[in-house]
Amino acid sequence: MAKIKINTDQCKGCRLCIHFCPVHHLRISEEMNNKGVLYACTDPHTRCIGCGYCYLVCPESCIEVHLLEPSETKKTHT
Amino acid sequence: MSTQYLRPSSLRHRETHYCPGCGHGILHRIVSEVIDELDIRRTTAAVAPVGCAVVAYNYWNFDCSEAAHGRALAVATGIKRVSPDLCVFTYQGDGDLASIGLAETVHAANRGERLTCIFVNNACYGMTGGQMAPTSLIGQKTATTPCGRTPDTGEGWPLKISDLLAQLPGVCFVARCALSSPKEIQDTARQIKTAFQHQLDKRGFSLVEVLSPCPTIWQKNPVEAMAWIDTEMKKVFPPGILKTP
Repeated sequence: MAKIKINTDQCKGCRLCIHFCPVHHLRISEEMNNKGVLYACTDPHTRCIGCGYCYLVCPESCIEVHLLEPSETKKTHT
Repeated sequence: MSTQYLRPSSLRHRETHYCPGCGHGILHRIVSEVIDELDIRRTTAAVAPVGCAVVAYNYWNFDCSEAAHGRALAVATGIKRVSPDLCVFTYQGDGDLASIGLAETVHAANRGERLTCIFVNNACYGMTGGQMAPTSLIGQKTATTPCGRTPDTGEGWPLKISDLLAQLPGVCFVARCALSSPKEIQDTARQIKTAFQHQLDKRGFSLVEVLSPCPTIWQKNPVEAMAWIDTEMKKVFPPGILKTP
């Protein structure tokens, strides 16, 4: 299991991460960031598999993917 | 918590001025990652082009210089000859490298300068408003070819710089890759790392052409622009390794 950290104020809303995410863990937000852009955010109904596709395609490098230890996975998803 | 994908330390924590979905941001990160992996941040000098990436030195956390339009490889030659131990690379667009700087490009490659050139091909002049570049595709609509590029009216054919330079004996490594999917992006990182490695091993001139999206000028959304690279650009500029020692 993995966890994504998005620097939402840096996001320009290009939606490449949303398009390439294989498990539809990312979606567009309903609120705007400081730039007035609808930014990418995670969907709590799905789980990140840690493939890093979002990190690879993000032109702003504002996404980080963290691998979780088994103990942390339990804590996060219960 | 262990980190799997983290912003490379050679990339400054700074917001870029590029349009949403621009390939420059992705390529800046790839170059920074490769430099971190090779651990050459303190012995690297980059030369930025004129074009959208003109202020690339604002984003990279290593030494950078700026060159006059098209003259990046000439400036890089000077840096390399004065400091042969430095890893010197240029980062140039198609208007900069293939049009106004063609003479500098061909002669730097022909002299076999131990440099690495990262050639960003987006088939248009991005910064100046989308005029036709030498690499524009046949039928591509640009600001200066509103009916599409037609060779019959004197606009010529797409210039394949990588194929041209691969014939020169001073060139040791030429590869063409794209930024159209996570797989291609990882492949681009691998080719750029190989190109740097050839320079560090003093083998000769290395060039990596990267097919990069320009959603604003192509008048597509970022996802469509990625798809356009796969469906149209790759037909004219097929990815692969064109020359290897």
